[in-house]
Amino acid sequence: MSNAHHRFAPIQRFLHWLMAACIIAMLFIGVGMVSTVAPTYLPLILIHKTLGVTLLVLVLIRLALRLHYGAPPLPEDLPPAIRLGARLSHLALYGLMIVMPLLGLGMLWAAAYPVVLYGGIEIPAVLPQSDRAHTLLWSAHFYLGFAFFAIVLLHLAAALFHALVRRDGVFGTMALFTLRNRTTPSE
Amino acid sequence: MKQSGNLPRSGFGSLVLIAAVLGGGAAAFAYTAGWLSPGRLTPERMIAALAPPGGAPLGHRRNHAKGICFTGAFEANGNGAELSRARIFERGKYLAVGRFNLGTTDPNAVDATARVRGLGLQITAADGEEWRMALINPPFFAVSTPQAFHDLLIASGQKDPEAMKAFIQSNPEFAAFAAWAKTAPWTESYAQDAYHGLNSFIFTDARGGERTVRWSLLPAAPAVPISQAELERRGPDFLEQEITERIRTDGPQRWTMVTTVAGPGDPTADPSKAWPEGRRTVQVGTLVVQRIEQERDGPCRDINFDPTVLPKGIRVSDDPFPAARSSVYRKSYDLRAAEAGSYPRTEVAKP
Ligand code: HEM
Ligand code: HEM
Repeated sequence: MSNAHHRFAPIQRFLHWLMAACIIAMLFIGVGMVSTVAPTYLPLILIHKTLGVTLLVLVLIRLALRLHYGAPPLPEDLPPAIRLGARLSHLALYGLMIVMPLLGLGMLWAAAYPVVLYGGIEIPAVLPQSDRAHTLLWSAHFYLGFAFFAIVLLHLAAALFHALVRRDGVFGTMALFTLRNRTTPSE
Repeated sequence: MKQSGNLPRSGFGSLVLIAAVLGGGAAAFAYTAGWLSPGRLTPERMIAALAPPGGAPLGHRRNHAKGICFTGAFEANGNGAELSRARIFERGKYLAVGRFNLGTTDPNAVDATARVRGLGLQITAADGEEWRMALINPPFFAVSTPQAFHDLLIASGQKDPEAMKAFIQSNPEFAAFAAWAKTAPWTESYAQDAYHGLNSFIFTDARGGERTVRWSLLPAAPAVPISQAELERRGPDFLEQEITERIRTDGPQRWTMVTTVAGPGDPTADPSKAWPEGRRTVQVGTLVVQRIEQERDGPCRDINFDPTVLPKGIRVSDDPFPAARSSVYRKSYDLRAAEAGSYPRTEVAKP
C-alpha cells in the first residue's frame, strides 16, 4: 500500500490503457467511416456506436475510481504553468470522454434514427426529432472530435516527454508494467 | 556520471522520437479521414455529383427532392414469417409512414420530366422496431456499383456527348436501363406504379435458415398508360394533386408486398441484373395508403428512408448499394437538417 502515492491503482492503470486504445480507435473509425461509401461503412458505424456507448459506461467507472483513489502528486520541481496545463488537459480529456458519446447518441436521436448497437441492443430515444438540435449536436461531435484528437496527441507528447526527457517518474505512475528505472525515479 | 553523460544525446533523440510519433499519428489520422486520397469515393463527392448545375436544393433531399407524404398501414398476412423472423411479418397491422417522390434533384421539377418515381416507406412494429426502405419504379437499377452510379452522374451532367458514350462503353449494363427509360409506359398516377426495392437483403427465419431476397410493392390500381406529353399537359404538380384527389374520392390505395427468393447463382450483389423469371415469390402483406399530407409540414419530411434501418430477421447481403446509400443519405440528411432555414417549412400565413 506504500505504493499508493507513487502510482495509480492497478485497476486505474488498466482502465487508462484500455480506454486509450479504444478512444484512439473511435477517433480513427469516426473519420474513416464518414469518408467512405464502401460496405465497411456499416460495420464501422456499428462498432463506433457500440464502442462509444461502452466507453461512456467505462468513463463513469473510471471517474468513480479516480474520486476514490485519487492521483499520485506531480513532481515538486514541475513549473506551475506546466502543472496548470496538466490539470486542465486532464479535465478536458475527462470532459470529452463523457460528452462525446452523449453528443453521438443525441445526434442520432435528434435525427430520429433508431440507435441499435452490436447484438441488437436498442437504446431508446430521449430526444425528439429536431433539425436544430441535430445540427447543434452534430457540429459539437464533429469539432470536439478533432479537439479530442489534438488533446490526445498533446497528452501523448507530454507523457513521452516525462518518460524520455524529464525521466521524472510521471510516466511510471500510469505505466502498466514497472519499467526499469528509465521512467520511475529510483528510490 | 553515466546519467549526465547520457542525457544530452538521448534528450535530443527523444525529442525527435516524440515529434515522429506525433507526426506519424497526425498523418495516419489524415490518411484515415481521406484527406490524402482525393480519389476516394466519399459521401461528399457523391452529393457533389448529384448537385444540378444551378446548385444543390438547400434544405431538401439531395436526390428524389420532390415528394409528398402519406400515412397508412402495412397489413402483414403472416406468410412472411416462413422467410424471416422479423416481427413485422407476423400477421397484424402496423403503422406506415412514407413518401411518394420523383427521382430528381429539383424540388419544383415538372412531373413529366422525371422518368423515375420512388416510394420511401417506414413500417413500425408493435414494439417500436422500424423497417425503412426506398423503392423505385424501374424493375432493375441503372448501374452495377455505387462507383458506376457516381460516374453516371458525372457523365450525364456533361455537355460533351462523348462523355455518355464513354460511360456506356465502360458500364454496358446501363443499356438495359436506357431502353427501359425510353420504352416503358408512363402512368397517370403514383397509385398505378410498381415500386421495386432492387437491392437484395438476407432474411433469417426462426430456425436460423437464410435466404437472399428482393421485394417489390405491386399496385392494386391498374396502370393507365399516358404519354409524357399528356402528363406534361396535365400540369407540373399533377401527380401530387391526383393522388390526393384519388384517395379523397376512391379511398385508401393498396400495394401487395411481394418478396422474391434468389436461386443459386443469382446475381445478389448487382441490382442492375433482374433475377430470372420463375423464382419463388411470397406475398407477405399489403401496404394501405390512407392519407396524403404535403411534405412541408408532413410526417415524412424529417425521415431518412435509410435502407439499412432493418428489423431483426433482415440484414444486408453482399449487395454494395445499401451501405453506400446509408452513408450518402446520412450526409444528405445532415445537410438538409442544417439548412432547414432555407426550406419553406410552414405554409405562407393564410389571410
Ligand atoms: C469516445 C466517444 C466518441 C468519439 C471519440 C467519437 C468520434 C467521432 C469522430 C471523430 C467522428 C467523425 C466526425 C467527422 O469527421 O465528420 C464521429 C462521427 C460520428 N459519431 Fe462519434 N464518437 C464517439 C462516440 C459516439 C457515439 C456513442 C455515437 C452514437 C451512439 C456516435 C455516433 C457518431 C455518428 C453517427 C457519426 C457520424 C456523424 C455524421 O457525419 O452524420 N459517436 N465520431
Ligand atoms: C449509390 C447509389 C445511390 C445514391 C448515391 C443515392 C442517393 C440518394 C440521396 C442523396 C437521396 C436523398 C436522401 C435523403 O435526404 O433522405 C436519395 C433518396 C432516394 N433514393 Fe437513392 N441513391 C442511390 C441508390 C438508390 C437505389 C438503388 C434506389 C432504389 C432501389 C434509390 C431510391 C431512392 C428513393 C425512393 C429516394 C427517396 C426517399 C425519400 O422519399 O426520402 N436510390 N437517394
